[in-house]
Amino acid sequence: MESLQEPLIRIETLSKLYKMGGETVHALNDISLCVDHGDFIAIIGPSGSGKSTLMNVIGCLDAPSSGKYWLDGEEVSRLRESRLAEIRNRKIGFIFQGFNLLNKLSALENVELPLIYRGVPAKQRKEQAIEALAKVGLEERLRHKPSELSGGQQQRVAIARALAGNPPILLADEPTGALDTRTGAEVMQLMKDLNGQGHTIVLITHDIAISQQARRVVRIQDGQISEEGGERRERQSSLQNGG
Amino acid sequence: MNVSQAFKMAAKSILANKMRSLLTMLGIIIGVAAVIALVGVGQGTTKQVTDQVESLGTNLLTVSITGRGSKTTLDYKEAEDITSTEDIEFAAPYNQQNATVKNGSESTSVSVVGSTADYLDVKDYSVAEGRFVAQIDLDYYQKIAVLGSTTATDLFGTEDAVGKTFLINGVRYKVVGVLATKGSSLTGSNDEIVIIPITTSERLFKSKGVKSINVQVADADKMDTVMTELETALSKKFRGDTNSYRVFNQQDLLDSFSSISDTLSLALGGVAAISLLVGGIGIMNIMLVSVTERTREIGIRKAIGAKKKDILTQFLIEAIALSGLGGVLGVGIGLGTAQLLQKFADMTVVVSIPIMGLAFGFSVFIGVVFGLFPANKASSLRPIEALRFE
Repeated sequence: MESLQEPLIRIETLSKLYKMGGETVHALNDISLCVDHGDFIAIIGPSGSGKSTLMNVIGCLDAPSSGKYWLDGEEVSRLRESRLAEIRNRKIGFIFQGFNLLNKLSALENVELPLIYRGVPAKQRKEQAIEALAKVGLEERLRHKPSELSGGQQQRVAIARALAGNPPILLADEPTGALDTRTGAEVMQLMKDLNGQGHTIVLITHDIAISQQARRVVRIQDGQISEEGGERRERQSSLQNGG
Repeated sequence: MNVSQAFKMAAKSILANKMRSLLTMLGIIIGVAAVIALVGVGQGTTKQVTDQVESLGTNLLTVSITGRGSKTTLDYKEAEDITSTEDIEFAAPYNQQNATVKNGSESTSVSVVGSTADYLDVKDYSVAEGRFVAQIDLDYYQKIAVLGSTTATDLFGTEDAVGKTFLINGVRYKVVGVLATKGSSLTGSNDEIVIIPITTSERLFKSKGVKSINVQVADADKMDTVMTELETALSKKFRGDTNSYRVFNQQDLLDSFSSISDTLSLALGGVAAISLLVGGIGIMNIMLVSVTERTREIGIRKAIGAKKKDILTQFLIEAIALSGLGGVLGVGIGLGTAQLLQKFADMTVVVSIPIMGLAFGFSVFIGVVFGLFPANKASSLRPIEALRFE
């Protein structure tokens, strides 16, 4: 799986410090990580381990205190806020635990939103959004508001929103956290299918069972990461499953 | 994100909270409606006053002779001498007293004007029946009278008054003409009047001399010249006794009325503008609450790629849309109020397009000013914190 091309995500000796009541907390401590195109990586850790901070940094929602972060060949750790917004819009599709859909907008309008901020013309925007909703099997629910959809459907709308702009990375933060086991499994299956179609997925979770469905598992503890021991086996087995 | 997209979002957001949007706009609605209705009333009053003053006739000068006694009286012949220049179209010296007029059992109190033939033209009357006072009546001290239309009906009912006789303060006069209805002006009814030759009236009221002269100047540009000429002539006649006469320009009267009503309009407009300002503060308050309430929405939008500028535009446009919509509703309500006032309160209300434009423009401007602060607050939210907000 070692690729000669530039990895999609390359993080080098990255640290994030918080000052809390005069005490400095190392939320991330000298982390280095590479994610290749087409990878499906799970970042697993208990709460307080720094995984949310890592997700915020990877998602360009937060800037690191030190270290370097290349996203799709671009150094993004020192960019200005408006440039970061653009990168979030183009390179990253967010899938949140709480879905984070806008309740007053229909499924279609929610999916269109990132395209609006990208400045895609209305007609093309609608086509792309419908296409994304079709990918998650919700082409029949375009006009429904989030409140009229089940939890699993809402999460699939959120995934469609992440897919709509066709970003290189899907960044999922506990995507099954708010779902029951069965719909959670459906969503995970959808993620695996998307990975099979070539989407790079970074999944953040505290659930070992979920993380084991990924090809690579990275454990995070006290701001430091370690690649899981059975990583190679996981990768091979998932390759066999996927194949 | 372009502006039309932002307007669509604003419309959606306003429609999603109809009741709240309406309450937010209320201040602006009332403000704009008040500006339009109150300034309309102010301008209506101005127009009414101006119209009435103008109905007295145009290019009018009034000379009033206040002096009495042998040195400072002016008889009508002298008055006519003074006013017989070519810049003066008509000049009617007159005196005026209230008297009781009587025909059998019908009696009424009217203003009795002693004047000359020019009075008809100066006052812009027209004769409905019979004739007006003529020079020969003056020369022979004829006891004839011309009646105003109301007085004619008061005394003679529906009968034809011309040729009949009636009493003024007990002296019998013959009606030779009836004037056409003119309506009322600032100086009261124009139709409750009896006009007799000035020479006769001097005898009747035992008062020598002319009290006033109404002068109609041929050309508006000559007003000042004629005024100076008259003043010079009168000064000469009265040997410099400037206290015994005055020359008024009707324009002065009009100007002072206009300045009063302009001040009135300004004061009314000012009060209304303050209520607009208060309305703007209302919008700011609600927008600030709305920013807090929608923190999570802002976080989501920012996470999926909305820039600071996009959020700023969205909230600013929302504030402008709110105030603009409030402005439109206010214009409608203001126009409606103006119509109602005109119909039921019997007021003259003039609604002017520039004032409507100004009030609407000001409301939009207020939306921008008071929308900036909340919009800036919204756009400066950091996405992680906004997303964490519950």
